[in-house]
Amino acid sequence: MTTPADLVCKDLTKDFDDFRAVDQVSFEVPQGSFFSILGPSGCGKTTLLRMIAGFQFPTSGDLLIKGKSMIDVGPSKRPVSMVFQHLALFPMMNIGKNVGFGLRQRGVPASEIKTRVGRVLERVGLPGIEDRQVDQLSGGQKQRVAIARCMVLEPDVLLLDEPLGALDLKLREHMKIELKSLQAEFNTTFVYITHDQSEALVMSDNIAVMNKGRFDQIGTAKELYYEPANAFVAGFVGDANKFSGKVMGIDGQRVTVTTNGGAELSAQAMHGTPSIGADAQIFVRPEAIALSKTAPTDNPNTIPRIVDSVLFNGANSMVLLREPQSGETLQVTLPQTGDLLGLGKGDTVFADWDPAQARCFATEGT
Amino acid sequence: MKFGLAPATVLVAALSTTSLSAETLRLLTWGGYAPEDVIALFEAETGHTVEVTTSNNEEMIAKLRATNGGGFDLAQPSQDRIASAQEEFGIYKPLDMSMVDAAQFIPSMLEATAANTTYEGEVYGLPHVWGTSGLVVNTAEAGQVTDYTDLCDASVAGSVSYRLKRPTLIGFAYSMGLDPFAAYSDADAYQGILDEVEAALIECKPNVKTYWDGGDEIKNLLRSGEVVAAMAWDTGGWQLNADNADITFVAPEAGALGWIDTFVLPARGRADEAAYDWINFVMRPEIASMITNTAGNFTAAVDGDAEVSAELKARYQGSFDQAAIDNIKWYPPVPAGLEALEGATLDRINASN
Amino acid sequence: MTDKSKLGFYLLLMPLMLWLITLIVLPHIGLFMVSISEKIGVREYETGLGNYAVFFNEPLYWRTFARTAFMSIFTTILTLVLGFPVAYYIAKLTRGRTKTTLFLMCLIPFWVSELVRTFGWMILLRETGVLSNFLQYTGVIGGPVEFLYNDGAIMVGLVYTSILFMIVPLVTTLDSLDDSLIEAGYDLGGTGYSIMREIVIPHAMPGIVSGCIVVFMLSLGNYLTPILLGGKDSLWFTGLIYTQFITRFNWELGSAFGFLLLALSSTIVFLGLKLSRQSLTETMGR
Repeated sequence: MTTPADLVCKDLTKDFDDFRAVDQVSFEVPQGSFFSILGPSGCGKTTLLRMIAGFQFPTSGDLLIKGKSMIDVGPSKRPVSMVFQHLALFPMMNIGKNVGFGLRQRGVPASEIKTRVGRVLERVGLPGIEDRQVDQLSGGQKQRVAIARCMVLEPDVLLLDEPLGALDLKLREHMKIELKSLQAEFNTTFVYITHDQSEALVMSDNIAVMNKGRFDQIGTAKELYYEPANAFVAGFVGDANKFSGKVMGIDGQRVTVTTNGGAELSAQAMHGTPSIGADAQIFVRPEAIALSKTAPTDNPNTIPRIVDSVLFNGANSMVLLREPQSGETLQVTLPQTGDLLGLGKGDTVFADWDPAQARCFATEGT
Repeated sequence: MKFGLAPATVLVAALSTTSLSAETLRLLTWGGYAPEDVIALFEAETGHTVEVTTSNNEEMIAKLRATNGGGFDLAQPSQDRIASAQEEFGIYKPLDMSMVDAAQFIPSMLEATAANTTYEGEVYGLPHVWGTSGLVVNTAEAGQVTDYTDLCDASVAGSVSYRLKRPTLIGFAYSMGLDPFAAYSDADAYQGILDEVEAALIECKPNVKTYWDGGDEIKNLLRSGEVVAAMAWDTGGWQLNADNADITFVAPEAGALGWIDTFVLPARGRADEAAYDWINFVMRPEIASMITNTAGNFTAAVDGDAEVSAELKARYQGSFDQAAIDNIKWYPPVPAGLEALEGATLDRINASN
Repeated sequence: MTDKSKLGFYLLLMPLMLWLITLIVLPHIGLFMVSISEKIGVREYETGLGNYAVFFNEPLYWRTFARTAFMSIFTTILTLVLGFPVAYYIAKLTRGRTKTTLFLMCLIPFWVSELVRTFGWMILLRETGVLSNFLQYTGVIGGPVEFLYNDGAIMVGLVYTSILFMIVPLVTTLDSLDDSLIEAGYDLGGTGYSIMREIVIPHAMPGIVSGCIVVFMLSLGNYLTPILLGGKDSLWFTGLIYTQFITRFNWELGSAFGFLLLALSSTIVFLGLKLSRQSLTETMGR
């Protein structure tokens, strides 16, 4: 890397009265990339974002933007801008005044503000709406105005605090793509926090999965999905079937686990193999499971199961299977082809998967 | 509304039937004129019930005027405010002297009050409590204040108080050697007197700490020592004397101003019988003494001072020797319209700077 | 609307209309009739605008009128200046129990009557009172000083009496201001002053205006405070009205004064709304 990363966090920690919200988080975001922080609510991601924006001060650690420490810089002086969860457009001003607010604070001459506001609104695809009021815009338009209000200041880093949360599903899907293209258009570093893994997976160059104040894994969407670093990431990113049990045999990276229900399953161990007799969890993606009406040969994970219900959703249809002995359920992607099309409740099918596509982790805390 | 009216009518009917035998006496009076123990004795003896509203002269007239003389069964304005109010507003009804035990009244006061409260040949007022206004002085600090105009003396600058009301105008007029009561009937002569008093009071204004409004206010000012001499009622001075022997009521050299509070019947009073019962009851010597002990002023009842406390009598005698009593200027009836002239004068004093 | 629902509508409207007509409209008509009758002799009156002429011809009356208006406006401004930081603190800088406690503390003085509150101020401000004694004790002043009986004392009393009516609408509107708007202001490079001027105050404007209207009306119509705390020259227009009605028996002039006060307060409120570019429905509807 020739230029320093736009945003660098070093061992950033934030303690509140009785708990640690952010625990020694370190990461770097290169210039022009889309970086997401993904985590469940209460994981500390909002606190982390507010520390970057300057609304909260870290207990320890350092924060650098373009190589300069921001620890003693107030929110109004940092080269970062933030798109708030509910956008925080000023209802007492029209769109032009909203977008020009930051420039006015910097003492930019009125004529220049006018041209720059016009230009940025054009770039977000909303030319000529300066005189409209905030409540005259649709949800998607407000989103774009909020981004324009930040981008007009040409910040080094744009922070986005779950800005799609308030939109309806269809618009959210649309805005995901639009945000990504806006980011490409402005070529600015975006730091995006969300609890919605699909938002993070679709838009990001890099994703950090955050849990209990710590980063569990940083990587591309693909890495997180296929190479999860631990059980939490495997469970949180993407859908997965989870089985808990005891390790019965180890063969290289291949681990055999007897689940609490009594089924014997094989999976690939990641990041160190557990010892025999230890508690472990197995994660299998729904789309990694193959279904057949006749028993396949020589596959260790083949167990006959009964169809509990069929969840029809076009190309994303699923089927819920139950293992009659243990009662454990399994969610499988249902291909809308061939002889599985007529599958109905109570039918018996065989589900199997390649152990290389299933992941085994030692259960934490044992 | 249809259903609301019926119970209300029943209620009114019920109230009016009960009032035939034992009536409710709605009494509009001054503070201290109807003590709790006197009411208890009266209610036990007659079976009537008494509801007391305390007020002052102006408010009594305003209240009765607002209702055309309704809402109360017996009122107690001063005797000089009856004939003119009757002439202007018609808020009282004439007394039936056959219902009154005239022997209980001191004859000279009964006659004087009757003369002052006669309108178109009918008598409207009976005397009850009398008293004076003059000076209340802290003798240790301001012994030199012996007359109304002494309040304007430089030696008491910033430590005097009086009301911006008509008694002040009249007191100052007497103190300045004028005779305002004699000029009551001659508006031009009275205006001349008012003009002189106005000039004096405007000149005196810097001397005044504040114009007082309520009895408690002036007592507080005197008690705290913030005011050392004031124009006020005799009872106020005597009450303060009980706490601080230096403060007492002083009858001014020009004469204290004498007032008599009366009994009158409001024009639309409903319980006349109870009203006469109350009048005859409170004029009994022993009851009159009870009232004097609470109100601090003496009554027009024969032997009404018999059971009055020795301290009060002593204070009264300390303030009034025979000459001072003879020098009391009793308020004659105020002719209608005089207040307008006085009001304009008071406004100008108030506005002067 | 069907006939039946119309009837229901009128029945529901009835209590309000009765209240408005019997307690507000009718007395005002009566008062107006009294104000245009001139007294020409004992129990003799004729219709005319003479009472209003008296007001304009007598400097004392219209000077007192103007003085009352100016002092009320000044009181309103002072109340706003003092109340705004308090309201801002309660609405934006406190949470939960502290907020409730502070709000209740603002309410406590209103658990006693206005008379008692005013007497409280008299005890504090009088020459032998708490403030004078304290300043003498600390050596700031050499001898007793009278703080009572002047316009400043009236102002103190009026502000104290009406500040709650400023704080309540301000807290309500400031509460409804999303904290993220303020944060967004800082994030976009705003200073405390520019955020206050461009975001907080425009948002709080309806609360400011409704608070100001209420405080102005309360001050203009106050009677006890100016009478008890004011001095020899501290006239208040309501005092003049009282004097005309009660001590001068001049209901005609008193009624005219009452109408002039009504006109004055309406005019000033109207001007205030025009100046702040707020509408009455917007301010009172919130």
